[in-house]
Amino acid sequence: MIRRFIQNAGWPRIIIALFLLSLFIAAPFVGVRVDTSLSNTLVRFGMNGVMVLAMIPMVQAGCGLNFGLPLGIIAGLLGATLSIEWNTEILAWLSSLGTQYKISWLNDMFITAWREPLGFASAIVIAVPIAAILGWFYGKLLNRVKGDEMMIATYVGFSSVSFMCIAWLLLPYKHPTMVWGYAGKGLRTTISVEGYWLHVLSDALALDIQTDDIHLYIPTGMLIFFAVMAVIVWIFMRTKTGTAMTAVGSNPEFARASGVNVDHMRTVAVMMSTILGAIGIIVYEQSFGFIQLYMGPFYMALPAVASILLGGASVNKAGILNVIVGTFLFQGILTMTPSVINSYLQTDMSEVIRLIVSNGMILYALTRKVRAGR
Amino acid sequence: MIRKLFDIIANNAVPAVFIIISAFAIPLSGYSASYLVQELLTRIGRNSFLILSLLIPIMAGMGLNFGMVLGAMAGQIGLLFIYDWGIVGIPGMVLACLIGTPIAIVLGIFCGHIMNRAKGREMVTGYILGFFINGVYQMVVLYLMGWIIPITNPTLLLSRGYGVRNAVSLLGIRGVLDNIIPTIITGTKDATQFLNINGGKSFLLLQLPFLEGSIRLPLATLIVIALFCVFIMWFRRTKLGQDMRAIGQSQSVADSAGIPVNRTRIIAIVISTVLACYGQIIYLQNMGTLNTYNSHDQAGMFSIAALLIGGASVSRATIANVFAGVILFHLMFIVAPVAGKNLIGDAQIGEYFRVFVSYGIIAISLVLHAWRRNREREASRRSLRGNKGGE
Repeated sequence: MIRRFIQNAGWPRIIIALFLLSLFIAAPFVGVRVDTSLSNTLVRFGMNGVMVLAMIPMVQAGCGLNFGLPLGIIAGLLGATLSIEWNTEILAWLSSLGTQYKISWLNDMFITAWREPLGFASAIVIAVPIAAILGWFYGKLLNRVKGDEMMIATYVGFSSVSFMCIAWLLLPYKHPTMVWGYAGKGLRTTISVEGYWLHVLSDALALDIQTDDIHLYIPTGMLIFFAVMAVIVWIFMRTKTGTAMTAVGSNPEFARASGVNVDHMRTVAVMMSTILGAIGIIVYEQSFGFIQLYMGPFYMALPAVASILLGGASVNKAGILNVIVGTFLFQGILTMTPSVINSYLQTDMSEVIRLIVSNGMILYALTRKVRAGR
Repeated sequence: MIRKLFDIIANNAVPAVFIIISAFAIPLSGYSASYLVQELLTRIGRNSFLILSLLIPIMAGMGLNFGMVLGAMAGQIGLLFIYDWGIVGIPGMVLACLIGTPIAIVLGIFCGHIMNRAKGREMVTGYILGFFINGVYQMVVLYLMGWIIPITNPTLLLSRGYGVRNAVSLLGIRGVLDNIIPTIITGTKDATQFLNINGGKSFLLLQLPFLEGSIRLPLATLIVIALFCVFIMWFRRTKLGQDMRAIGQSQSVADSAGIPVNRTRIIAIVISTVLACYGQIIYLQNMGTLNTYNSHDQAGMFSIAALLIGGASVSRATIANVFAGVILFHLMFIVAPVAGKNLIGDAQIGEYFRVFVSYGIIAISLVLHAWRRNREREASRRSLRGNKGGE
């Protein structure tokens, strides 16, 4: 029984889970509050969850780990910046829609009250089609390079980020909170979303208890949003398309023999991954408070990849449970190591631990012999 | 016929595009010819060795060795020690190599074993391995040095007493290899001024009548690189080199021919890692400063980009590709920011363009290689079916 559990969970996961547990146990002794740490872990979980979720479709369709996540992130960044650039126009357009079609609830009072959630929604609405288009091309590309997806995905991500570095400078953004003050053009490296959609999900229905004894903050809205996305992915993977996708991933020859269009399924999976990446970064930004442009998205794929692997996924099999467990463990370690280890050793080792744990986890997954027939 | 033409274009498209970009960017930058030649010579001396270290794993069919940063880290550890011990000049460089070698061998063996467990995914594995070892390297350099590993020189340590500073000045070995045989190439009319200025020191003075200005030539470094090229050409003909080429063609055939595949692959990676270690030491003696936590990061990316720009692919690379790559890549390195500034009025755009091109080139080369391989696989499958004439 125990042996089977160990076999199923895998040693690295158990070691890391025990490490995290020991950090939580050790926390009170070095003067770190467990409740604050837990709150931070939950916030980070909500921030990163959707981006980790973006790994599932591609892994299941046999395209490997999505090191090209930055492509989706770029779509999300475009959505986020455009939603701020056109904020006034979008709200005015909504209000004119209300008058034109006599929708009584879509009046100015509603729009003013729901200004921030509407801005957030508009960011997603703008980002999703961009992500779908980019994902379509990206999927077509990956279909031509079967067997080398991961390395190429990495460099597709890198080159798209560096291409956008030029674009952020040249695109005709005008909004004063976003462009460099003295030049009047070119986007800033970090843009605050305060006054637009800061914490719209995090603070929705949030449980915030700040007394002398307890400091607990649960970003309920963000967690619900993640849950909804997870359920959507879960249901999708069980539809006809989703099943076909899984078949393509586990045995492409067999899938083709059963009449599944392999390339089409892979393209759909890559598009889904890219769209989820775009939504994921917007969720991340509303909680973080800033849009990070230029080299910001450069290394964002690695934590997401490491998270899902930490949760027990392999290079060709991943599920929702892997995402939840993995993100919690990974973000837990990221939260706990700086606070606990630093109080103990008086130095900041978190960066080094993050590098070793996340990349060690990816290495472990890459070198594991793929077991057939599972 | 058309397919053959397509193949020729696909094989040489990357260098051709670069020659065209440079042809536009050089006049835009407004640099003089002698300045560009000087810069290029310096950079050939600085970077060629690192890029040459990539050739052997490609020969063994292991793709671009993204794990070469491991060797670069080993070299940097050697440099940190000689700085601490205050050993300067050529002896310092040799000692740094001697310290770096065993570390590079151990890392290379480790890397080889990992890659043997991830056959078919060597490149992405090597790439992640680079990050992983970077974490270990940071732990050693940032926490263990000065605490467990004795470092006595206080200028090397952070003010807290352990951990190495981010920027280490390598004045002691700066340019020592480049200047063993000081050489200046100059135009005939400028020659006399050098005779007066450098009167005390002896140096080689080559005179070219058509040249304007003067160029310093890192002769000794270039000789080392030339020797190394000879080594690679010789190595290809040895038993080991032939084995590697056989493995690069087909692992299963090599295995049936009695070649120890896994062992040979590990040797290929070890050689590459050790050479990358020397390459990084040569690179840093030219630069003169060591960024403890960043120098090795870029070594891998820039070397690989340069090699690919020189017309190499994941499965085929020659010495000519290395030098063509260094020249084209660094030509763009030098002119792109200035050209960007003169063209659009913003040097930052030229800088980002350069970064974009380096990554884009790697992406395109990888795509072309995978695409061609899949097409060949498809073609061979079709020929098995006996459908000879059909496309």
